[in-house]
Amino acid sequence: MPTVSMTVNGKPAKADVDPRTLLVQFLREHLRLTGTHVGCDTSQCGACVVHVNGKAVKSCTMLAVSADGAQVVTIEGLADGQQLHPMQEAFREHHGLQCGFCTPGMIMTAVDMVNRLGNSLDEKTIRHELEGNICRCTGYHNIVKAIGAGAQAMGKGGGMQHAAE
Amino acid sequence: MSATGIGAAVRRKEDFRFITGKGQYTDDVSRPGQTYTCFIRSPHAHAKILSIDTAAAAAMPGVVAVLTGQDFAESKLGGLICGWTVLSKDGSPMKMAPHPALAAGKANHVGDPVAVVVAESVAQAKDAAEKVVVNYEVLPAVTDPAKAAQKGAPQIHEVAPNNTIYNWHLGDPDATAAAFKGAKHVTTLEFVNNRLVPNAMEPRAALAEYDPGSDSFTLWNATQNPHVARLVISAFIGMAPEHKLRVIAPDVGGGFGSKIFIYPEEVVCLWASKKVGRPVKWTAERSESFISDAHGRDHVTRAQMAFDDDGKITGLKVHTIANLGAYMSTFSSAVPTFLYATLLSGQYAIPHIYCEVDAVYTNTVPVDAYRGAGRPEATFVVERLVEVGARELGLDPTELRRRNFVKQFPYQTSVASLYDAGDYDASMQKALQIHDYKGFGKRKRESERRGKLRGIGFATYIEACGVAPSSLVGQLGAGVGLWESAEVRVNPTGSVELLTGCHQHGQGHETTFAQLVSERLGIPIENVTVVHGDTDKVQFGMGTYGSRSGAVGMSAVVKALDKVEAKAKKIAAHVLEAAEGDIVFKDGKFSVAGTDKAIDWGSLALQAYVAHKFPTGEIEPGLKESAFYDPTNFTFPAGCHICEIEIDPATGVTEIAAWTAVDDFGTVINPMIVEGQVHGGVAQGVGQALLEHTVYDDKGQLVSGSYMDYAMPRADDLPSLKVDTTVTKCPSNPLGIKGCGEAGAIAAPAAVMNAITNALGTEKIDMPATPQNVWAALQQANTLRQAAE
Amino acid sequence: MYAFNYHRASGLRQAINMLGKLEDPKLLAGGQTLLPTMKQRLASPANLIDLGQVEGINEIELKGRSLVIGAMARHAEVANSPVVQQAIPALAELASMIGDPAVRHRGTIGGSVANNDPNADYPAAVLGLGATVITSKRKIAADDFFKGLFETALEPDEIITKISFPVPKKAGYYKFRNQASRFALVGVFVAKRPSEIRVAVTGAGASGVFRVPSFEEALKKRFSPKSLDGLSIPATGLASDIHGSAEYRAHLVGVCARRAVAAADVKTESKIGVTGGAGEQN
Repeated sequence: MPTVSMTVNGKPAKADVDPRTLLVQFLREHLRLTGTHVGCDTSQCGACVVHVNGKAVKSCTMLAVSADGAQVVTIEGLADGQQLHPMQEAFREHHGLQCGFCTPGMIMTAVDMVNRLGNSLDEKTIRHELEGNICRCTGYHNIVKAIGAGAQAMGKGGGMQHAAE
Repeated sequence: MSATGIGAAVRRKEDFRFITGKGQYTDDVSRPGQTYTCFIRSPHAHAKILSIDTAAAAAMPGVVAVLTGQDFAESKLGGLICGWTVLSKDGSPMKMAPHPALAAGKANHVGDPVAVVVAESVAQAKDAAEKVVVNYEVLPAVTDPAKAAQKGAPQIHEVAPNNTIYNWHLGDPDATAAAFKGAKHVTTLEFVNNRLVPNAMEPRAALAEYDPGSDSFTLWNATQNPHVARLVISAFIGMAPEHKLRVIAPDVGGGFGSKIFIYPEEVVCLWASKKVGRPVKWTAERSESFISDAHGRDHVTRAQMAFDDDGKITGLKVHTIANLGAYMSTFSSAVPTFLYATLLSGQYAIPHIYCEVDAVYTNTVPVDAYRGAGRPEATFVVERLVEVGARELGLDPTELRRRNFVKQFPYQTSVASLYDAGDYDASMQKALQIHDYKGFGKRKRESERRGKLRGIGFATYIEACGVAPSSLVGQLGAGVGLWESAEVRVNPTGSVELLTGCHQHGQGHETTFAQLVSERLGIPIENVTVVHGDTDKVQFGMGTYGSRSGAVGMSAVVKALDKVEAKAKKIAAHVLEAAEGDIVFKDGKFSVAGTDKAIDWGSLALQAYVAHKFPTGEIEPGLKESAFYDPTNFTFPAGCHICEIEIDPATGVTEIAAWTAVDDFGTVINPMIVEGQVHGGVAQGVGQALLEHTVYDDKGQLVSGSYMDYAMPRADDLPSLKVDTTVTKCPSNPLGIKGCGEAGAIAAPAAVMNAITNALGTEKIDMPATPQNVWAALQQANTLRQAAE
Repeated sequence: MYAFNYHRASGLRQAINMLGKLEDPKLLAGGQTLLPTMKQRLASPANLIDLGQVEGINEIELKGRSLVIGAMARHAEVANSPVVQQAIPALAELASMIGDPAVRHRGTIGGSVANNDPNADYPAAVLGLGATVITSKRKIAADDFFKGLFETALEPDEIITKISFPVPKKAGYYKFRNQASRFALVGVFVAKRPSEIRVAVTGAGASGVFRVPSFEEALKKRFSPKSLDGLSIPATGLASDIHGSAEYRAHLVGVCARRAVAAADVKTESKIGVTGGAGEQN
């Protein structure tokens, strides 16, 4: 079995894995980081989005062995202890979640969106950028609001650097 | 209103764990030594199972066991049931066919589980599953409900000749026929209410563990009602006595009805866990969910509405064929009957209504309640007829509605429902104003200048929520009562654990239920924890569905709080050395009327537990009360949704330009959460109207079996919504709550289709109004128009 | 997923070697199609050769009158490249519409072109721009490259290294998305080159991407949407499924072509993060 080693949420992680282990399985089953979810099997729902080398990817559509040497950030690595990332805070403040299942992927996608496009995001842009994330509960209304506000908040200091690691 | 009490937009207590990735869904739970399953499912819609050879699979690496339908049959365990008996017109009971957890003898839909592999890993279970050889004799299948009862259709179950489960009816056929005879105008519509796949984002999952030491089971299960699951698995399946079976519904990632039901997979995991002596886990993959989660809707309907000279509705006739799929799911029988026909009066005074429903088996996934459950279907019938009737009569659709609204309450409909309170015109007027209905003509012209077709559509819906008065549903055939329970445990320091039989899977009960306690006891919301979803903790409850948690669940909480307050006052009287009648409880303080003698909540709680200052022979120590609340009537949320759309005639693409919703949910506990429920409901209704298309081919294969082919609403399919409320309190429960969970999904499909047909100028289009369907409807309308010219 | 042996190629030469020697090999580029296919057990290579760490085949550069894009360039890199945005804005635009942001961070142009999914976007650009597919062995003209559903001229031991796009005078892409998968139900790429007009259609064909000579003829006279008014293509030979009948697709080819021409006429600004333009909301 090949050995894979990577940095996850700032900590080194190393294991021998069956090559067919997906990155999401490695995170959930080997590292017990169960905040990253699996909601589909066709790479569409986005519940599994994590950051690999600073970019949002669908961890259900990447082999763990392909992430060898990578810097991985999951939803568990976003907050600084009890200090929430501004995007997490915005989701709570604007009721951007209901059942919570799609939420980790939504938040990781949102942070990536801000990293790429900046802090001033209009509604149309946010809706378009959420193409790869499906939510069944919220009708997206409050997710869109939360991301707009979270993006602004990230510009006011918090979170940007941390999330971009 | 306090900052955390009733009516405050309190931010949710549960959010912290979800936004930090600390939620615990069933698949996140792991038990030492757990094994994993892969179900072998029938690839055929209808097939005899001639033999199953498990030898090769059993020899595969990591395989712990391979179990078949035959093994399950030999276990002498019972099958799955439908818990609501519906009678046919002739009084005969519905034809409920056996539903074993693993099919033996015959598979009746694609996805019907016939065997299971238990292995050390999911990958190994899947590898072995491919080695299980099932020898099938493929039989002809029927998937179209309109064809299921016809002569020559393949017969699915022996107990149900012509695949007919029941021929049910409600209302007075003769009086309704007479009303139609005298009608000035009759509007007729024929349509399909499209089958939907619920698609909660968390796929269903189960983890079962058997403890031989205590001869008992624990089941972690993604379910909306753990107690009912335990009851059915115990009493009907016979897995274990109730006290030897603990069901835990941890965080559940959405349900929308689909996680109410008791499914084969959790039964098999329990059974297998005892057989292999290790915990057994199953988590659905999405494509597996498509062929194993109960679907929703799937009606074929012909409906007629009669009008008099003044545009008053004089009668309504409805005939519906309801597809219940291959087996009768847990509550399937009630959905197209008691949750459907009883709402056919809509918001209107309709003197005569007659509805017939034929329920049929087909070789498709079972159909059961999905967000709204019967009420979206009823609303679609009534609101499409009203809108088309207005068009045919040359009346503004809002004017026709106004003329027919029920205005006096209580109002006894001709389909059994007793509406208790409402002001339908108030919601409509408010919606019209917010939406700027008057400006529609201008907006339409502006669209036309850009080559687009603009349309507007309404849905003034009603629903029955707060299920349900137990004796009433008992008379209607329900196998359970639909009360709710609550228990308030006050700790010696004054903090509170509130136990409820409701279950949250997105609704925010951990916040709203705590708001109620906070308001009532005058304690900070942080000092309240809501406990739910564990049969070992909560005594009994009926779970969450049918927008019942506020109206029924919270009413039980109120009753328990009443008892807590009554006992606390007794204790306070002793502590404060005053007469019980002089004790006043306000703002978290017990005081003696007209004096400055008082004791705060926390100190009183401590007094209750130290029991130093009251006679324990007369008053028991401690402060913990429970209550069961049985509603006296359904609640009747209602409202007006307005949808405005723009169609690109070149492509058939429909874009929702604006949406206004004004709903009357009675008392609102948390407006932020209520608005969120409306947003989500509307999105699901828009999904049904524009995107979601469950397609079976005539061999019974599900063509739309993944997100590659089943279009889920995405962020750019929807606009931001304008959501507001009007309030008439529900008179039948202590808080005046009506319920808000399903309104959006109930109103939206009719509003969207009314808007689209308004834009197209033709009524001939079924849901979903996909670009292709809209384009085809336009082509057909143009062809007809040209032919007429 | 079936079990397989995993090989991480450190260089192109090693990858080519492994491709020739290993039994039943498959290249893993971005994996955005291959991995979902393997997860569904619809593909079962015995040996998977990961190109993820191969260097030197993801560069984007303008060489004379051609835009040359390395096979491992991710969709996001193409979409965001100032070089692409300057030279062939329609190509950057097309790349920005593939999949979703996360998919674009992984998926590669070489992987997409080699896979030749009948609903993928890139084949329309490769054929529509008359590009040249450069492999480890040779150069293949776009007209000779696509051979049908998921079929290309590539030999088993051949790897795409770059794709060379001649810079057109004007180009436009219009994608009509499948509402479920968000792949192209119909996508039309039009290009006006000094020597010719090319119109390439993805999504609609029963056997993959194809050109529309009648549209090309019409646009030769005048490169304007009006030149295509009233024109459509026959439904025969087009794909038909629950999302679109052959007739509907045939109709959409005309609509998309007109809109692609209209988009080509607009001086395209950088569209990053903005919808509209050559794309549309569904």
